[in-house]
Amino acid sequence: MAAVSSMSKMYGLCFRAVRQTAGLKAYRLLQRRGFRVTVLQLQQTFDSSLEKPQFPGASAEFVDQLEFIQPNVISGIPVYRVMDRQGNIINPSQDPQLSKETVLNFYQKMTMLNTMDRILYESQRQGRISFYMTNYGEEGTHIGSAAALDPNDLVFGQYREAGVLMYRGFPLDHFMAQCYANADDLGKGRQMPVHYGSKDLNFVTISSPLATQIPQAAGAAYAVKRENTNRAVICYFGEGAASEGDAHAGFNFSATLECPLIFFCRNNGYAISTPTNEQYRGDGIAARGPGYGMLSIRVDGNDVFAVYNATKEARRRAVAENQPFLIEAMTYRIGHHSTSDDSSAYRSVDEVNYWDKQDHPISRLRHYMTARGWWSEDDERSWRKQSRKTVMEAFERAERRLKPNPELLFTDVYQEMIPSLNKQRESLWRHVQQYKENYPLDLYEK
Amino acid sequence: MAAAARLFLRGANSKLSIAPGSLGTTLLKLSPNCSSRTKTQRRHAAHFTFQPDPVPSQYGPTQKMNLFQSITSALDNTLASDPTAVIFGEDVAFGGVFRCTVGLRDKYGKDRVFNTPLCEQGIVGFGIGVAVAGATAIAEIQFADYIFPAFDQIVNEAAKYRYRSGNMFDCGNLTIRAPWGCVGHGSLYHSQSPEAFFAHCPGLKVVIPRSPIQAKGLLLSCIADKNPCIFFEPKILYRAAVEQVPEDPYTIPLSQAEVLQEGSDVTLVAWGTQIHVLKEVASMAQEKLGVSCEVIDLQTILPWDIETVCKSVVKTGRLLISHEAPVTGGFASEISSTVQVRLKWPVSHPPHSHVFTLCTDDVNCWCIH
Repeated sequence: MAAVSSMSKMYGLCFRAVRQTAGLKAYRLLQRRGFRVTVLQLQQTFDSSLEKPQFPGASAEFVDQLEFIQPNVISGIPVYRVMDRQGNIINPSQDPQLSKETVLNFYQKMTMLNTMDRILYESQRQGRISFYMTNYGEEGTHIGSAAALDPNDLVFGQYREAGVLMYRGFPLDHFMAQCYANADDLGKGRQMPVHYGSKDLNFVTISSPLATQIPQAAGAAYAVKRENTNRAVICYFGEGAASEGDAHAGFNFSATLECPLIFFCRNNGYAISTPTNEQYRGDGIAARGPGYGMLSIRVDGNDVFAVYNATKEARRRAVAENQPFLIEAMTYRIGHHSTSDDSSAYRSVDEVNYWDKQDHPISRLRHYMTARGWWSEDDERSWRKQSRKTVMEAFERAERRLKPNPELLFTDVYQEMIPSLNKQRESLWRHVQQYKENYPLDLYEK
Repeated sequence: MAAAARLFLRGANSKLSIAPGSLGTTLLKLSPNCSSRTKTQRRHAAHFTFQPDPVPSQYGPTQKMNLFQSITSALDNTLASDPTAVIFGEDVAFGGVFRCTVGLRDKYGKDRVFNTPLCEQGIVGFGIGVAVAGATAIAEIQFADYIFPAFDQIVNEAAKYRYRSGNMFDCGNLTIRAPWGCVGHGSLYHSQSPEAFFAHCPGLKVVIPRSPIQAKGLLLSCIADKNPCIFFEPKILYRAAVEQVPEDPYTIPLSQAEVLQEGSDVTLVAWGTQIHVLKEVASMAQEKLGVSCEVIDLQTILPWDIETVCKSVVKTGRLLISHEAPVTGGFASEISSTVQVRLKWPVSHPPHSHVFTLCTDDVNCWCIH
């Protein structure tokens, strides 16, 4: 019996986390913040007469039965959802009851993203841009979480969060400019497509190395906490990137340093060709949160309201309580990893079709809207036509635009120009002047 | 053996009633072989003599400080003047394993001087994030030997942040500090000089001071600089180097090499601890060989002051570079090849660029590479 009670105590943290995540009530979990002690407070008295462990490293009870804790992957952390797959609200108390205008905006942003993805993917196939990554199937994770944030909250992403930028109002022209690396690109044409960034919209520029943004987000959240302006930071990453050492570092730092940060993991089933059973053996990413002392939840990523609710509550508490939250949004990557990938090499068309037809964030939201009479077939037809036209117009403008001035190859390496770089720059121009017939300078801005 | 004896003696003198200390002393006393300290068993003294600079007069009142105290002074000045500045790393809260942050947590608060978990990639990644959010981040890596887990964050992220974002974002507010270089007993993992790895990374600045006065001024320049900087502190100088250091903040410009003494026959270039070796070399060369040496402290490795070195080599016609760290791919090769290219060296008189040191004492502490 001692074994059972001590087992349940060992599980205690997990069970409490599960109960916490199951309901959205704001009752305070009595945090066992045993490690949040200052150097002075660590002068605890050790008393060997007590039959309780005195180790500074953990507060726990003794147990005299040898038993290993089960990872409990069979019945793991449950998936929070608000709508069923047909878009019906399951528990009315969980319906965030957003206005028609807001919900329509969610829908239009998700579909606009989808339309842009189709056109830009095709443009890569036609050799117009060099590379592209679609967001098919994950639109709900972007729009739901972005809507729950404040516009001033800082966003660190991985590469499949274009919907967050779109929700915040990043113009189509800027998406296109970055993909085309033309003279209008805010990034000055230096990176591969989909490496978006926007200072005005508080979206830190994407970089290719995976998971590097995770400890950075922790640092930014710490600085933001010290600013005392009630801002939060959100950090997006996939379940594959969560295997990187940087992820472990970010989780641990944010918890020990008490940062107002939301970790948002898009678990879409694949890291390029690697399925989740080759990525991890534990119960996904959400189960790792308690190991770091972090409040965690698993949500249905294809349910935009579930994503919205979880993110909203996590944001509220992260700022109020200065602690990180981990949200694992379960979803499915309907598209290929990128234009360099053909996923039929490692998964069946049937599998992809299931998610596309039976459990898609856009369809589920549409059913919610049509059930309330907010959206009709005519609305759908005219919206599809209008959004496609808007995207195509931006696309054509971007295609015609000149490329950035080659001078921009050499600026921003340092804040200031340094002599050795300047010398290289001069050397380049001398060369180009001498052999200008080999360089298509008229395609570049002067 | 002698070191072990000293350890046990220390143990015996402590107030704790721990048996091992006194037992050890007793055992050592009883053993006949341990009574004499033969020459081969004695720990060697340092391979150089620290040569302090004259007291600077232009920065206000000075105070006697060793290298780690001059670092503390720079950090103190920074925390006082910049409310966003934070210092973090392993063990910095209690003062740091080299005492560089002593007193700062009590003075400025636990939210500004704090320990992080033991994770260099996290320390630098976290530091980048602090800097990106607009605060001043001073990250400490406990030994330069342990900077490699953070290499990805430094090279792929910190160095490229501004360029890749079209100048929308940057981490210029980040400074990384690490103890650097040989210390005598450090062996493979407490002695490394990794500046050459970072020299290959545009976007970073890499700075190495030779003394307390230099260290404080250069560190303050790194902190003020709007680019991510790595500041390597020669650990062997932490206590050994003592100078009169100005109490008030002052900066020494980056990317400006300093000609420490003028000469006409050969240019000697070094940084950090080796400057003191080369200064001795220069006086030995003058005395024994009648050779007049021009000694240059490079100070900033990246971007390095090509002009000053080239100007000197044009005058002397000969170049000798001396550094710790392995020869192959070491920073001397960059200096040597750049000087040759810039000066379009005539084939008949190629410069000699060597990476060795002329030592007066037994050499006991080089990295074995």
